[in-house]
Amino acid sequence: MMQPAAMPQNAKPKVALYWCASCGGCEEAVVDLSEKILDVVSAVDIVFWPVALDFKRKDVEAMPDASILASFVNGAIRTTEQEEMAHLLRQKSKVLIAFGSCAQLGGIPGLANLWSRETIFQTVYQESPSTVNPEGTVPKSLYRENGNCVNLPGFFDTVRALDQVVDVDYSVPGCPPTPKIVAQAIETLLSGALPPKGTVLAPDRALCEECPRKDTRPEKLTLQAFKRPHELVIDEEKCLLVQGVVCLGPATRGGCEALCTRGNMPCTGCFGPTSRVQDFGGKALSAIASIVDSNDEGEIDRILSTIPDPLGTFYRYSLPSSSLRRKKVAVAPGTKH
Amino acid sequence: MPEKKPESSSGSPNGFEPKIVAFFCNWCTYLAADLAGTSRMKYAPNVRVIRVMCSGRIDPQFVLDAFAKGADGVLIGGCHPGDCHYQEGNYKALRRYRLLKRVLREMGIEEERFHLEWISASEADRLKSTVNNMVEKVRTLGPLRLETKSELFPEEVTVS
Repeated sequence: MMQPAAMPQNAKPKVALYWCASCGGCEEAVVDLSEKILDVVSAVDIVFWPVALDFKRKDVEAMPDASILASFVNGAIRTTEQEEMAHLLRQKSKVLIAFGSCAQLGGIPGLANLWSRETIFQTVYQESPSTVNPEGTVPKSLYRENGNCVNLPGFFDTVRALDQVVDVDYSVPGCPPTPKIVAQAIETLLSGALPPKGTVLAPDRALCEECPRKDTRPEKLTLQAFKRPHELVIDEEKCLLVQGVVCLGPATRGGCEALCTRGNMPCTGCFGPTSRVQDFGGKALSAIASIVDSNDEGEIDRILSTIPDPLGTFYRYSLPSSSLRRKKVAVAPGTKH
Repeated sequence: MPEKKPESSSGSPNGFEPKIVAFFCNWCTYLAADLAGTSRMKYAPNVRVIRVMCSGRIDPQFVLDAFAKGADGVLIGGCHPGDCHYQEGNYKALRRYRLLKRVLREMGIEEERFHLEWISASEADRLKSTVNNMVEKVRTLGPLRLETKSELFPEEVTVS
């Protein structure tokens, strides 16, 4: 990788990259810029990027406030450490960017909001078939032994999107963001012509608009059963919805150039909603339900039963940023949880 | 608007009065509410009626937003099957309702808090009994308290 020490000390704008609760795919997305990354590196000074460069938190703390042009933060906020880093990078940066679905909407880690922290710990550290933990060890934020103290970040009960924790200027959507979207976002930043705060740096139109299968979709579409991709041989040219596959293209923001539908797989909604939609899952659900081909309640239920997990299907990337944000967990009155 | 007075003084012992957001279609259920009012029928005052042109206009986002902002229940009223002013808006409402109900269940919101009823313009009695039934069911369930949670969201997350 690059040699940070060898970077010339000139007036190049500074950029930071950080990851929170994420899989690492967004880090890959930066590397996916391939040779374009050389242009990026020659245009900016990367001052913090734990996955690739050996800078520490104290290096960031030592920087003057707002001295970083832009911080790209991927991942949702699940632990106290991630929250602290989000605040720190906010303080040190002129522009804070939620990079990828998890930072923008909560992402797949956000589906953990269907359970409480206790249930998650119970499952992960006790009950899962591959776990051997006779002493019942679970993570603690503080552990003392022989006068030594060990600290671990605390684990929040609820996963949050980045803008539910700190003020965010822009979002770059995608799971992960595609090289083109990333390159455009960096270009926009360096151009100095910044869009209005809150802008999602991707086209504001539905994915169907850029899908090569668009013309095979009839004006009026109705379905008597939904199918999961492994249940049929998918035609490579026909609209996936016409074939009965739940494709969220009608409700999802475009900009990925229909990567998944070109790869013969349905859109799962990672680019999130367009600017006119508040609750992505609600809108996606609405689009899919309205094409059910029946007016009879029992038959409607039968057809919809072919979607086995509606919540996971429609809120796959956006549960923490949805209207309800998490499952309602029964609590005794007056207690926080 | 219908005249809203409590059916009886059957307020709950703990003082909880459910807030129900009701989306009524312009052509049938809203007229039924109008008729109930001009007929001086009395029913539970817990519904906040929002008139929409058609039950098919009710975006699931409206329902989710109502719950998130403090509704203890959401009621949808539309024309009977076959009677939709726009031919099939009520069928679309029914399909969305059935799917949204499953999502709400998974989100821990009890089934009785979300209800759809076909009520024609002449069925003021049905409107009255639907509202009263729903208010009683939700009163038994108690407050949903999602809105308090949202306000407290940053503080409520606790650390182990």
